[in-house]
Amino acid sequence: MGYCLDQAGFNQILNEWSKEYFVYAPKLFKDGGSFSDTDRIRYGEIHTVEEIVFDRKSDYSYKEILLPLSQTLFFFTDDMVKEADLPKKGAVILLRSCDLHAVKRLDEIYLQNGCEDYYYKRLRDRVKFILIGCQHSFENCFCVDMGTNRIDNYDAYIEMKNGEIYVDNHNDVWKPLFTTYSRRTPEVIPAYATENKTHIHIPDGITPDIAHSKIWDEYDSRCINCGRCNFVCPTCTCFTMQDIFYVDNGKVGERRRVWASCMVDGFTDVAGGGCYRKKNGQRMRFKVLHKVYDYKKRNGYHMCVGCGRCDDICPEYISFSNSINKLDAAIKEVSINAVK
Amino acid sequence: MQSNEYLPFLSEIKAVIKHTDIEYTFRLTYEGNVKPGQFFEVSIPKYGEAPISVSGIGSGTVDLTIRRVGKVTNEIFERYVGDKLFMRGPYGNGFDIDSYKEKELVVIAGGTGLSPVKGIVDYFCSHSQDTKGMTLIAGFKTPKDILFREEFVHWQQKMNVILTVDSAENDTTCKVGLVTEYIPQLHLNNVNEAAAIVVGPPMMMKFTTQGLLKRGFHEENIWISHERKMCCGIGKCGHCKIDDTYVCLDGPVFNFVKGRQLLD
Ligand code: SF4
Ligand code: SF4
Ligand code: FES
Repeated sequence: MGYCLDQAGFNQILNEWSKEYFVYAPKLFKDGGSFSDTDRIRYGEIHTVEEIVFDRKSDYSYKEILLPLSQTLFFFTDDMVKEADLPKKGAVILLRSCDLHAVKRLDEIYLQNGCEDYYYKRLRDRVKFILIGCQHSFENCFCVDMGTNRIDNYDAYIEMKNGEIYVDNHNDVWKPLFTTYSRRTPEVIPAYATENKTHIHIPDGITPDIAHSKIWDEYDSRCINCGRCNFVCPTCTCFTMQDIFYVDNGKVGERRRVWASCMVDGFTDVAGGGCYRKKNGQRMRFKVLHKVYDYKKRNGYHMCVGCGRCDDICPEYISFSNSINKLDAAIKEVSINAVK
Repeated sequence: MQSNEYLPFLSEIKAVIKHTDIEYTFRLTYEGNVKPGQFFEVSIPKYGEAPISVSGIGSGTVDLTIRRVGKVTNEIFERYVGDKLFMRGPYGNGFDIDSYKEKELVVIAGGTGLSPVKGIVDYFCSHSQDTKGMTLIAGFKTPKDILFREEFVHWQQKMNVILTVDSAENDTTCKVGLVTEYIPQLHLNNVNEAAAIVVGPPMMMKFTTQGLLKRGFHEENIWISHERKMCCGIGKCGHCKIDDTYVCLDGPVFNFVKGRQLLD
C-alpha cells in the first residue's frame, strides 16, 4: 500500500525502527575517495532521512552488511573455541534494484552452494530490504540488459520527490507505523530505469576454450590487480581465513574471514608455492567468465547484475562491459583456431 | 539452528610418524565416517587453517600427512603425542573404493600425492581378493623424500610396486626415472577395463594421464585428485573454483572425463 510522508514523519519511523534494527543506507563520506577531490558514497548506519543519498549511485554496495569486510567467526584459546556474538539488532537495508537482485546471488552461494553458512544465515534471517527507486540510469549501469532493473520482492519501496517521501509498503508488520506517520495514501509505483547508455551482449556458445583467446592478453599489462573491481561488486563473495592473536596473550585470539579478490596475488596459492593463475589476463578471464558464464552454468542465471561499479572504480579505466562485448569475437577466434 | 561448520573440534595426537625432515604423519583421534581422498581443515589457532588430505584411516583415528611449508604447517611440527589440534571436516567427495573393485588397478602417485591415494592402496593390500591385480607406481624427487617407507615394504609383498626417484644421489635401493616411464611396460590382461588413479603435481598428472591414454586406458577409467587453495572446504570462499566446479564440493576426486576439462 502507498504512503506519502514528510521528512519529520519518516524520521519518526526511523526512530521507531532503531529499537529493533540498524538502518543502513548509502551515505556521503567526505573525502573518502581515492582521489582527494572526490567524496565516496558508501553504506553506513543512518538515523535521519536527510543522511540518505538518493541522487547518486553508491560506490560500494550494501554487501558489507551481510558479509562484513572482516568478520570474526570465533574466539579461541589453546583448547577451546567460543562463537562470536550476533549483532544485537537486525538490519533494514535501503538499496537499488540491481543490489536487491544481487542478494539472490549471495543467498545462492551462502545458503545453497553446499551447506548453509552459519554466519550469513543468522544475519540474513534478520534483514529487511527497502528498494530505492531509479528515476534514471547512472553512468556505466547496464541493468536493463541484465534484466535486473526491476524487482518486486521488497519489504518496502522508497522514493524522494519534492522533499516528500513516497513509500510502497509490502510488510504488514510496518503497516501501523506508516499509517500513523503518513499524511496521505497515494498509489506509489516503483520507478525503475528503462534505458541505459551502456549495452552488453552475452553470446551463447561460450565454452571453457575461450580461455585460449587473445582478448585476455591486453589485461596482463593494463590491469594492476588491485582487486577494487571485486570489492565494489555486490555479487563477489570470496573470502580468506585469517587468525589474529592478541599481543598480551599469544595463545588467545580470534579467527576472522576477510574479503578476498581473485584479481589479487595469492588467491590461488597453495602451500609449497604453487599458483594457478599468475597473469592478470588469466585472472580477468576468470572473473569475467564467472560473472557471465560459469555461475549461470551452475545456478541457472547470471551472477553479474549490471551495476557498473567495477567500471566506475577501476583506476586503469578497464571496462568490464567492454570485456563482455569482446566475448563474441573471442568465440569466433578460438573456433577458427580449433579448425586450423 | 543449524550447525556451525566453521567451529573446529579438538583432536588428540596419538602418534607422530616422521617420514622425512619436512614431512610427518600425525595420527589423530576421529570418530566418524571418512574416505580416502577426503580432507580436513587443520588449524593451529593464531596461524590459520590448511586443507590436509587423509592418508590413512584407523579405528577411531585418521592419519594426516603434513608437509612443513608455510606458516600454518610449521607450527604443527612442534606438536607431540598427547597434544591436541583443532580441525574440522572431513570435506570433499573422496575415492569410492567400489569403483575399483574386481578390476586391474594402477595407482600412480607423485610426491605427497601418495597421501590421498594411500587409503586405496591400504585397502587393496588387505583385501587382495577384491582386485584383479594392483600396481602402485610412486615417484619422489630423491630417496630422502620418500614417504611411508615401512608401508612400501609391506605393500611389495601384496602387489606390484614400482618406487622411483628423479635422482638417486648414490642410493642404489630405488629405481631412477619419472613415473611416466613405467607406463608403457605395464603388464595388464585387459587394458580396456583397467582402472587408474593419478595424483600428484599438475605437470606430473598431465603427462601421466597422457601416458595412460596412449597405453590404451579409457578416459572414463581414469581418476585424478586436484589440490587447490581451500579456505572453507564448504563451497563458500571461492578459492577452489575452476569453471563451474568447486573442487572442495564436487571433488577433489574427479573422473578424468570431467577432470581434464578443468582449466584454472
Ligand atoms: S580490472 Fe581494474 S579494478 Fe580490477 S584489479 Fe584490474 S586494475 Fe584493479
Ligand atoms: S561484475 Fe561489475 S557490473 Fe557486474 S555486478 Fe559486479 S560490479 Fe556490478
Ligand atoms: S574451499 Fe572454499 S569454496 Fe571450495
